[in-house]
Amino acid sequence: MAHEHKLEIFRGLLKFKNNTQKIWGVLIFLSLVTAVEVILGIIKPESLTDSYFLGMKLLNWIFIILTLVKAYYIAWDFMHLRDEKSAFRRSLVWTPIFLVIYLTFILLTEADYIYEVYKDGFITWNF
Amino acid sequence: MNSTLTSTKENTWGGGDSQPLGASYGKMMMWFFLVSDALTFSGFLAAYGFSRFKFIETWPIADEVFTHVPFTHGSYPMIYVALMTFILIMSSVTMVLAVDAGHKMQKNKVIWYMFLTVIGGAIFVGSQAWEWNTFIKGDNGAVETKGGRILQFVKADSGERAALRDFAIAIPGDRVAHENKNGIWFYDEGYRPSFSVNEVVKGFKANPNILVRTETINEEGHKTILSREESLRKLKSATQVVEGANLIHNEYGSRLFGDFFFFITGFHGFHVLSGVVINLIIFFNVVIGTYERRGHYEMVEKVGLYWHFVDLVWVFVFTFFYLV
Repeated sequence: MAHEHKLEIFRGLLKFKNNTQKIWGVLIFLSLVTAVEVILGIIKPESLTDSYFLGMKLLNWIFIILTLVKAYYIAWDFMHLRDEKSAFRRSLVWTPIFLVIYLTFILLTEADYIYEVYKDGFITWNF
Repeated sequence: MNSTLTSTKENTWGGGDSQPLGASYGKMMMWFFLVSDALTFSGFLAAYGFSRFKFIETWPIADEVFTHVPFTHGSYPMIYVALMTFILIMSSVTMVLAVDAGHKMQKNKVIWYMFLTVIGGAIFVGSQAWEWNTFIKGDNGAVETKGGRILQFVKADSGERAALRDFAIAIPGDRVAHENKNGIWFYDEGYRPSFSVNEVVKGFKANPNILVRTETINEEGHKTILSREESLRKLKSATQVVEGANLIHNEYGSRLFGDFFFFITGFHGFHVLSGVVINLIIFFNVVIGTYERRGHYEMVEKVGLYWHFVDLVWVFVFTFFYLV
C-alpha cells in the first residue's frame, strides 16, 4: 500500500509537515465552517434572507456551498481521496454528483408544479 | 496466471493481482458500497426536498422546532445539533488518526484512537436518541383542524409560544376509565392528550392574551399570527389536540416533517450505530493483534472509510434538515 500523502490543501496555499498535522488542520477548518454556518443560521442576516438567486435565498445558497466545501475536505483528506489515483477518484465522485443533480432537478421541478396546482387550483385544501 | 502471462502489463489486463486503480479489492468494494449508500441518502433527501417544495408555504421552521439543550431550559436553537455535528467530526478525526497510526504500524496508538472513535460515536447516537425523545414528547402542544392543519398558540403581548398547559382550563367530566375487569375484550386506553379540544377552546376564550398561529409563512419568513376573531373562527374547525409527534400527527406543523425527521435521522442513526459496532469489532481485532500479524492495518482504513461516510452524510442532513 502506498503511504505517501499529499500534504498541501487550498491548492498548495497551505502545506503541512506531516499527515497528522494535516488532519488537525482540516479539523480546524471544518469546525470554522460549521461555526460560520451555525452563527449565520441563528442571526439570519436580513441582507441574505431578502435577496434571492435562482429562486432560492442567498443564505441557503451559502449553506449549501459551505456544505459542499465541508464534504470535499472530508472526502479528500479524511477519506484519502486526495491520495487515490485520479481515475478511481473520478469514478467515485462524478457518478453520484451527476445522478443527484439529475434527481434533484426533476423532483424539485415537479414539487414546484404540484405547489402551483394546490395554490391555484379550484379545490381548497385547508378547510 | 503467471505461467501463461509473462509481462506485468498483460497481467493487469488479464485480471491478475495488480491494481489498475491503485486500490485493493476490499477498499474498492467499500467505496462502491459507499457510493450506492450515498445515492440512497440522496434519494431520501431529494424526497424531503420534494415534499418541502410542495408545501413550501407551510413547512415548519427548523429553528423553532429544535431549540432544546440537555440539562437546560429555555430556547437555544441549533446549539445542540451543532454540538452533535462537532462530536461526529471529532470522532472522524480520531478515526483518521487511527488509520494514520496503522500505516506506521503503531499498535497502541491505533487502539487508543479506535477507542476514542467508538466513544464519540456512542455519544452521538445517545444525543440523537435524546433528540428523538424531545421531538416525540413535544413542547407546547397544538390543535389539529378538520383539514389536517396545525394551529399553535402564541402570547399576544410577547409573541412567545404559549403552551396548552399555560391556558387550557380543565372541565370536570364524568369520564370513567374502562378497566380490565369490566370488559370482555379489553383494550388499553393508549395515549391520550392532557387536554381535550373543548378545554383548550374554553381556556382560549377566557384568556385574551392568547392568539392562534397558523402554519402559513408570511412575507417576512415568520408564521402568520391571527387576530382574536380570526383565531376563534379557526378554532371552530379544531378536531383534536396534538402533543408531540408520531408518524401520523405532529404539533410542529406539516405531518411529513415528522415523518422525514424520523426516517432520515433514523436511517442515519442506524448507520452510526452499525458503524460503532463495526468499529468495536475492529478495535478488538487490533487489541488481540490480528492486523499486527497480518502485517498491515488496511481493515482499519476500510472501516474508517465507512465511519467518515457517516460523518459526510450527517453534514448534508444537518444542512438540509436544520439549516436551510
